[in-house]
Amino acid sequence: MRLAAAVLLASLVPGLGAAQGVLRIAMTASDIPLPNGQTDQGAEGMRFIGYTLFDSLVLWDLSSADKPSGLVPGLATEWKVDAKDKTVWIFRIREGVRFHDGSAFNAQAAAWNLDKILNDKSPQYDPKQAAQGRGRIPSIKSYRAIDERTLEVRTNEPDALLPFGIAWIAMSSPAQWEKVGRSWDAFLKSPSGTGPWKLEKYTPRERAELVPNKDYWNKLRVPKAERLVLLPVPDPSARVAALRSGQVDWIEAPPPDAIPSLKGAGFQVTSNVYPHVWPWHFSRIEGSPWNDVRVRKAANLAIDRAGMKKLLGSMMVEAKGMVPPNSRWFGKPGFDVRYDVEEARRLMKEAGYTREKPLAVKAIISTSGSGQMQPLLMNEFIQQNLAEVGIKVEFEVLEWNALLANWRAGARDPSTRGAASTNSSYFSQDPFTALIRHLDSGLFPPRGTNWGYYSDPEMDTLFRVVRYSFDPEVQLGAIRRAHEKFVNDALFLFVAHDVGPRALSPKVKGFVQAQNWFQDFSPVSVAK
Amino acid sequence: MILFLLRRLAYAVPIALAVSAVCFALVFLAPGDPLSSVLPADASAELVEQLKAQYGFDKPVPVQFAKWVGRALQGDLGTSIATGRPVASEIRHAIANTFVLAVFACAVGFTLGVSFGAVAGYFQSRWIDRVVTALAVAGVSVPHYWLGMVLVIVFSVLWNALPAMGMGSSGSADWAWDWEHIRFVVLPAVTLSVIPTSILARTVRALVADILSREFVIALKAKGLGERRIFLHVVKNAAPTAIAVMGVQLGYLLGGSILVETVFSWPGTGFLLNTAIFQRDVPLLQGTILFLALFFVALNLVVDLVQPLLDPRIQRT
Repeated sequence: MRLAAAVLLASLVPGLGAAQGVLRIAMTASDIPLPNGQTDQGAEGMRFIGYTLFDSLVLWDLSSADKPSGLVPGLATEWKVDAKDKTVWIFRIREGVRFHDGSAFNAQAAAWNLDKILNDKSPQYDPKQAAQGRGRIPSIKSYRAIDERTLEVRTNEPDALLPFGIAWIAMSSPAQWEKVGRSWDAFLKSPSGTGPWKLEKYTPRERAELVPNKDYWNKLRVPKAERLVLLPVPDPSARVAALRSGQVDWIEAPPPDAIPSLKGAGFQVTSNVYPHVWPWHFSRIEGSPWNDVRVRKAANLAIDRAGMKKLLGSMMVEAKGMVPPNSRWFGKPGFDVRYDVEEARRLMKEAGYTREKPLAVKAIISTSGSGQMQPLLMNEFIQQNLAEVGIKVEFEVLEWNALLANWRAGARDPSTRGAASTNSSYFSQDPFTALIRHLDSGLFPPRGTNWGYYSDPEMDTLFRVVRYSFDPEVQLGAIRRAHEKFVNDALFLFVAHDVGPRALSPKVKGFVQAQNWFQDFSPVSVAK
Repeated sequence: MILFLLRRLAYAVPIALAVSAVCFALVFLAPGDPLSSVLPADASAELVEQLKAQYGFDKPVPVQFAKWVGRALQGDLGTSIATGRPVASEIRHAIANTFVLAVFACAVGFTLGVSFGAVAGYFQSRWIDRVVTALAVAGVSVPHYWLGMVLVIVFSVLWNALPAMGMGSSGSADWAWDWEHIRFVVLPAVTLSVIPTSILARTVRALVADILSREFVIALKAKGLGERRIFLHVVKNAAPTAIAVMGVQLGYLLGGSILVETVFSWPGTGFLLNTAIFQRDVPLLQGTILFLALFFVALNLVVDLVQPLLDPRIQRT
């Protein structure tokens, strides 16, 4: 009876079964993300090192491929804002959690970790981790451990979106940092978090080998594979060759033209919509041709997104707004973003332009970049589509880092060189990154990234409700109305959502591709 | 000779300074941000400015350069912005890996280049000469990147005979000179060797053909010297120029190839430079380029010193 129960338990709880296979993943990064806690290399760094070795107080639910993922308890079991003072948050810390080095995680450790990125007077302050983490939690004013299980966080002003920011902050072990001589460089060699994986081997620029943390606090997420090997392979062709020759079991972002042959050779190609958008961000400064709503709507109606999808081997979702149509933030906008050349031409004619007498616009684009999909191919496609309705596009092609520098500097910066739009793909996993940061009039550069200097009191009011409202329904309503305004006023050229393609060996089992930038490797196994 | 040596060593100082200054200027002239490697893409300009001050990038560029030179003169190349690791250790690690690749590429390239060149030179205007010349032209013309990918498709993907990337199944840390690891070098080394093979073949062919037409060779033949002895005279006369070419090629190979090392994910200096450029990791870029520049200066010096030993007609004063 006991044996039967044990077998049943082992089959139901992934981590309790025998470890299965070595999972070797070729990442797109050119280096192993730093295993210091607040890792680098953006979302890919968090995906492979941040959420494998470490945990946050709040985590993303990565268990389902069928619905957009939401926040779930992580190292905090619950969090709530003070009923009277909306700038005070209380996080209840999970009991019984230990770092990989055996030390206990508690509220003091959480406060210590906030110090490492926010308090430059603290001995554990690390400029590198601060660079990665500080921008995620700009509203935090102070914090303290009230007792072992209670963390108090105070914000400058009410911030209902704080949990989304907190989800980025990974907790490193204070005891391990002390043990290695109070050095973050030394910590990199033997890092310690509370995550489902432990780092066993780390060769910078070459490989990281992770093994399961059998004592992980969430028994449902104890890894099934016996080892996870991460390899930086920035060249897409090299990744495909590595998969096809059996050197790796999983590659990130196979190039679209390789997907049919990979499928033909029996490899699994997984994809799923996730909170990513590939738009043109319009400049709204004086003299911008995109200040005319008819022109903005015409451009949105001119794009043959289905044709583009075919061009990309189906590896995109046609955008109808900033968030995918299945998002609960999408709302019910009146303007339908579709392919309607006749209507686009009518609007352009009304605005005073035709194919013979086109509107000339200059657009900043990049040759490549994180999340940029196939920027040259897609932009040339758009250029042809827009020419059909009387918009003549000239490109200002920038290297990715140069485009980001201009994006931070804003449309008024001389580096814009007369361009009236920029094309940067956006992370849109929370209301701030999806909507607010782009169009809040309080976030003009350099304070924020409202690149186009858009300003609309109605939008600002909606954003205030989103940020200050702690009633989930009221907040959701405001998010929806804000998004409806995004679409109804055609505030961006909505083009595509990426689907995060991955190619896997047929031996890889159990992967659920969540609708998220991050993924859970715990249920994955590799048949031997 | 000592004066020559001292003079050449003295030349290295302005060369190193000029290379460093140009490199420093280029990094700052290029759009983008020296903190790209440590900043999330969506960091605001305000946050960038705060961090620039922390890293010292808010100082004027000449001041930053002077500080860097001051530290470099004391042997401190600084630490990588992206990783926090010492630049010297990053370079040491990468150069060791590139060295492995260069050794094999040289072995292949120099052997084939000299052999092909000598044969073509001896059989000038015959079919074998034409074949070698055509191959040499193709060799210097074919893009590395493309050739590497074709070799991977054939030998790794279709035949599954050789690994497509990396430096061993456990990475460079566990490198050993056995077949289990050497098989990882084959494809990148062959790819890298194509240009030195071709350049050397063309050089040696021209040298051999020229030497064979010299009067002293005719005199040697007239004296009844055998072909083998004549060949030795030809080798001795061709060696100084061939060695100079080999030296330059060795320098190129040890400098690492950004494209080949990226295609094969080989963790050498080319891969390191590629990462440093894209991440705008100024200390790493500066340190690597300075090291490579000094390496080239040293290599040319060695070649200049070896040449008179082989050919006493070459004087170094």
